[in-house]
Amino acid sequence: MDIFFQQIINGLVQGSIYALVALGYTMVYGIMGLINFAHGEVVMIGTLVTITVAGSLIKAGMPVILAGMAGLTASVLVCMALGWGLERIAYRPLRNAPRLTPLITAIGMSIVLQNVAMIIWGRNYLTFPPLLPKVAFEFGGVNFTLVQVIIVVVSALTMGGLLFLVYRTKLGMAMRATAQNPAVASLMGVNINRVIAAAFIIGSALGALAGIMVGSYYEIAHYQMGFMLGLKAFTAAVLGGIGNLAGAMLGGVLLGLIEALGAGYIGDLTGGFLGSHYQDIFAFIVLIVVLMFKPSGLFGEKTGDRA
Amino acid sequence: MNKWLNPRSAFGITLIAVALLALPFVAAMGGQAWVRILNFAILYVFLALGLNIVVGFAGLLDLGYIAFYAVGAYTYALLASPHFGLHWPFWVILPIGAVVACFFGVILGSPTLKLRGDYLAIVTLGFGEIVRIFMNNLNAPINITNGAQGITLIDPVAIGDFKFSNTSQILGISLSGPQKYYYLLLALVILVIIINLRLQNSRVGRAWQAIREDEIAAKAVGIDTRNLKLLAFAMGASFGGVAGGVFSAMQGFVSPESFSLIESIMILAMVVLGGMGHIPGVILGAVLLSILPEALRYGVGPIQMAIFGKMLVDPESLRMLIFGLALVLVMRFKPAGLWPSPERKRELQDAGARNG
Amino acid sequence: MQAKLSVVALAVASVFALGACGPKEEPKPVAAAPAAAPAPAAQPEVLVKLGHVAPMTGPQAHLGKDNENGAKLAIDELNAQGLEIGGAKVKFELLAEDDQADPKQGTIVAQKLVDAKVNGVIGHLNSGTTIPASKLYADAGIPQISGSATNPKYTQQGFKTAFRVMANDVQQGKALGEFAAKQGMKTVAIIDDRTAYGQGLADEFKKGAEANGLTVVATEYTNDKATDFKAILTKIKSTKADLVFFGGMDAQGGPMAKQMADLGIKAKFLGGDGVCTPEFMKLGGPASEGHFCSLPGMPLDKLANGPAFKEKFVKKFNADIQLYSPYVYDAVMVMADAMKRANSVESAKFLPEIGKTNYDGVTARVTFDEFGDLKGGAISVYQYKAGTLEYVTTVGAPMDVVKAEVKEAVAEVKDAAQAVAGAATEAGKDAIKAGADAVKEAAEATKAAVEKK
Repeated sequence: MDIFFQQIINGLVQGSIYALVALGYTMVYGIMGLINFAHGEVVMIGTLVTITVAGSLIKAGMPVILAGMAGLTASVLVCMALGWGLERIAYRPLRNAPRLTPLITAIGMSIVLQNVAMIIWGRNYLTFPPLLPKVAFEFGGVNFTLVQVIIVVVSALTMGGLLFLVYRTKLGMAMRATAQNPAVASLMGVNINRVIAAAFIIGSALGALAGIMVGSYYEIAHYQMGFMLGLKAFTAAVLGGIGNLAGAMLGGVLLGLIEALGAGYIGDLTGGFLGSHYQDIFAFIVLIVVLMFKPSGLFGEKTGDRA
Repeated sequence: MNKWLNPRSAFGITLIAVALLALPFVAAMGGQAWVRILNFAILYVFLALGLNIVVGFAGLLDLGYIAFYAVGAYTYALLASPHFGLHWPFWVILPIGAVVACFFGVILGSPTLKLRGDYLAIVTLGFGEIVRIFMNNLNAPINITNGAQGITLIDPVAIGDFKFSNTSQILGISLSGPQKYYYLLLALVILVIIINLRLQNSRVGRAWQAIREDEIAAKAVGIDTRNLKLLAFAMGASFGGVAGGVFSAMQGFVSPESFSLIESIMILAMVVLGGMGHIPGVILGAVLLSILPEALRYGVGPIQMAIFGKMLVDPESLRMLIFGLALVLVMRFKPAGLWPSPERKRELQDAGARNG
Repeated sequence: MQAKLSVVALAVASVFALGACGPKEEPKPVAAAPAAAPAPAAQPEVLVKLGHVAPMTGPQAHLGKDNENGAKLAIDELNAQGLEIGGAKVKFELLAEDDQADPKQGTIVAQKLVDAKVNGVIGHLNSGTTIPASKLYADAGIPQISGSATNPKYTQQGFKTAFRVMANDVQQGKALGEFAAKQGMKTVAIIDDRTAYGQGLADEFKKGAEANGLTVVATEYTNDKATDFKAILTKIKSTKADLVFFGGMDAQGGPMAKQMADLGIKAKFLGGDGVCTPEFMKLGGPASEGHFCSLPGMPLDKLANGPAFKEKFVKKFNADIQLYSPYVYDAVMVMADAMKRANSVESAKFLPEIGKTNYDGVTARVTFDEFGDLKGGAISVYQYKAGTLEYVTTVGAPMDVVKAEVKEAVAEVKDAAQAVAGAATEAGKDAIKAGADAVKEAAEATKAAVEKK
C-alpha cells in the first residue's frame, strides 16, 4: 500500500509541475485562441536565468535566501520581458493571418530561443543551486521532500490567484471580454493590445515560476528541457479543456497521476506485455478517449470552431 | 487543354524538364552529398504534398503526419531485409506500404472526426508519438521492429540485377546510387503532383475546400463531411507511406529516431511556409526548408572566418538560429506563405481590410 | 548569398571533377601551400584527410566535443612527429562533422566525407548513426574506426572496413553480470533508456546477470529525454532489489541516482560507460556516492601512457576528459599505424593492415578479431567516491581469450624466429635486423598477454 501512496505522491508532484506550465498555455489560449508553442522555452529560460543569478550570488557569499529571491526576481523579470517581446515580434503582427501562421512563428521562436540559450549557457547539463532547504520526510514507508510539498502548494496558489485575477479584477474582466469578442471589447473601451500583452506577460511570469520549481525539483537544467515539458503541459491543458484555468490545473494533475500509476502498474495489469516503456503514451491514449466523448476536453466550454 | 499546347508553355515545360534531368549531374560536381541532399529535398516535397491534402485542402491540422511515413518505412524494412528473411521486390512493397499507411490514416481519422482545430492538432500529435513509441518497443515479447536498434541491411531498390545502391554505367554515362534514386524520386513526385492537381480541381477537391472554409455549411449543402475527411486522411497517409518506403530503401537502415515529432513539425512548417493548399507553394516550401539548413551548414563557418577571422559562434548553433529566425520573419511578412494561391491571397487582403 | 555559395561550390567541384573522371582515382597528394613555410622543396608532402563524426549539437554535444578533442590531440601529435610514409612527409588534417546523433544526418555527413575522399573515418560516436553510415564507408572502401559505438551490430554486418577500439556491449554486459555476482548481489532491477545503446547494453547485462545466478526482479524503461524516474523507481523499490542497473547516458543516470536517494532506495546503482563520467557525479551530486559504473579497458592511470595522455589533454584543451576521447585518440593512432606499416596512405592499401594491428595504445593493446572488434576487451569497474571515479577491479578478458592471445603471441615468436633463420641464409643484413625486431615485438606481446592473465 505504501508503494501505491508513493506513486500517488509522485504523480501529484509531477502533475503540479505540468499544471503550472499548463496555466501559462491556457492563459494565452483563453484570450487569443493561440497555442504559444514557445512557452516551454520561456520556462527553460526562467530556470537558466535563476541558475546564473542565484548561483553566482551564492558563490559570491550571499545568503541562500537572498540569492534565491534575487534569482526569482531576475528570472521573472527576464521572462516577462521575453513574453512581451514574443507577443510584439511574433504574434501581434499576425493577429489577422491564417490561424496556422502564428503556430509556425511560435515554432520558429522556440528554435531561436533554444539556440540562443545554447549559445549563452552552453550545451552541458547545469546543476540548479539548492535554493530550497533539503528536508526529507518519511511517513509509513512513503518518502517525500519539502520541495515536493512546496511545488504542490505553489501551483494550487497560482491557480487560485489567476482565478481571482480573471474573475475579480478589472483587468480580468477586460480579458474575458477580449476572449469573447475582441472587436466588441475594443468598442467598449478595452485596449485589446494592452490586455493581450498583459496575458503574455503574466503567462511568462508563471513560466519563470514554473522554471524555478522544475529546477529545484530535478536540480538540473538544460537548453532543451523546455520542449518536452511544454508538450506534456499542453496535453494537460487540452485534457482539461484549453482556455479553462481550473481545467488546466486538473488536467495537469490528472496527467501526472496517469503517468505515475501507468508506469507503476501497467506491467502487472497486462501480465508484462505492456511495460513502463509505454509511459508516454498513456497520457495520449487517455486524451484521445476523453476527447472522443467530450470533444472540448473535460471542462472545456462548447465553443464554435475558431478556424 | 489549349494552354498545354501553347508553344511558350511547351517550351517552358521542356526547359524545366531539362533542368530537372540535368540537376543531379550539376549537383554531383559539388559532391554526391549534394545529390543526397537533393534526394531528401524531393522526399520532403513528397511528404509536404501528402500533408497538404490533409492540411491545405481539407483544413485538418495534422501534427502526427510522420507516423505514416514511419509506417511506410517499416513496412518496406520488414519485407525487404534479413530481419524476417524476406526480400520482396520494391514494386510489390511500395503499394503495400501505401495501403498499410492508408489503413493507419483511417484509424487516426475515425476517432478524431468530431474534433476541431487545436484539439485535433494535439490528438494527431499524440498519435504520431504512439506510433513511434510502439516501433521503439515492439522488440519484446515478440521481436517485430527490433526496437531502438532499428533494422539494418535493408535491400536497395532493384530491378532485376540493376541495383539502385551502386554506381553503374548506362549509355556511357556513369550514374551513382544517389543519382539513380533521384530519378526514381523525381518520377514518383511528378506522379504525386499530377494526382494532387487532378484532386484539387475535382468534385472531391472542391468538397474539401468547402469543408475547410465552413464545415457546417458544407454539411448543410449535402456534402458527406465524415467520409470526405476520412478520405483526406487516407490519401495523405498513403503518400506518406510510399515516401517512407523509398526512404527506407535509400538509407538501408531505419530506426524510430528518424520519426520524431520534430519531423512532423518540420513538414507542417514546409506546407505553411510555402503556402497552404497551393501546390507550387508547398513544393517551394519543402525545397527551401530542406536545403536551407544544409546550405547554412556549409556557409556559416566559412563566412564567419572571412568576416571576423575566427569562429565567434559555433556554426552548428548559428545554423539552427538562422533557420528559426527565417521561419519567424517569413511568416511575419508573408503570413499566407511565400507563394500563396491567388484566391487565398485575395481572401487575406479582404480580411485585412475588414479588420484593419 | 546562396547563389554565390553554389558558384564557389561549382568552381571547387569542377576542379575536383577534372581530376576525378576516371573511376576511383587514387587520392592525389595535394601539395601544401609552399609560400609561408620554408620547407625544403625536395620533400614532397602528402595530405591525409581523416573524417571525424560526432554529435556537436543536442544533449550529447559535450561528448561529441570530447571525442573531437581526442582526435585533434592525436592529429596534432602526428603532425608534430613529422611522419614519413611512402617517402613523403605526411600532414594529417581533420574534417570534423556533426551528425546530431540523427541517423539521417549521419548518412548525409558520411556521404560528404566520402565525397571529400577522406583516407579514413574516425567515429561516429553513437551506434545509431555509426551503423547506417558504415555502409557508405564500406561501399567506398574507406576504413572506419569508432572509439565509442559499442552496439555489436556495427561490426556484425560483414563490412571489411568497420573497426572499433572499444569493447562492445556483449563484452561489457557479460563482465558486469560477473561483477554483480562477485559483489554478492542476488536480485537486480534493470532500467534502459530505449536507445540503441541503452537497450543493447541492458539486454546483454541481463544475459550476463542471469548466467551468473542473479534474479532479474524488474525490467523498467525510460527514455533519453526524461528527467523524472520516480514512478519506475518506486516500482523497483517495491521489489527490494539489491542492485539497479541502468543502460543509458549520464544525463539521465545522475538525476536517477538522486531520485533513488530521495525515495529511500538502498540498492546500489550500476551503469555502463555512458554514465562513467564527471557529468554523472555533477548531476547526481552526493547521491552518486558509492555507486558503480564501468568503462572498457583499464583505467588511464593504471596504463603506462595514461597519466601522460591526461596531462596532455588537460593542458591542450583546458577541459577534463569526459569519456571517449582516449579511445578516439587511439583510433586515430591505430589508423596512422596501419598507414605506416602499409607504407601508404591510400585506403585500399592500408585497410588490410588495420586488421593486423597490434598497437600499444593509451587505452589498451589494440588487436582486432575477424569482425573488427577489439580482442579480449577488458572491462574495469569504478566506484563514485568523493567526486572522483575510484578504480575497483577489472573483469572480463575471459581466460580463453587471454590463452588464445598467449598462444598467438608464441606462434608469432616462432614465425619471427623462422623469418630470422630464413633471412640469415639469404644473408641480408637488413632482413636480419627486421626479423630480430619482429621477435622482440612478439616477445613483448607475449609478455603483455601473460601479464593480463
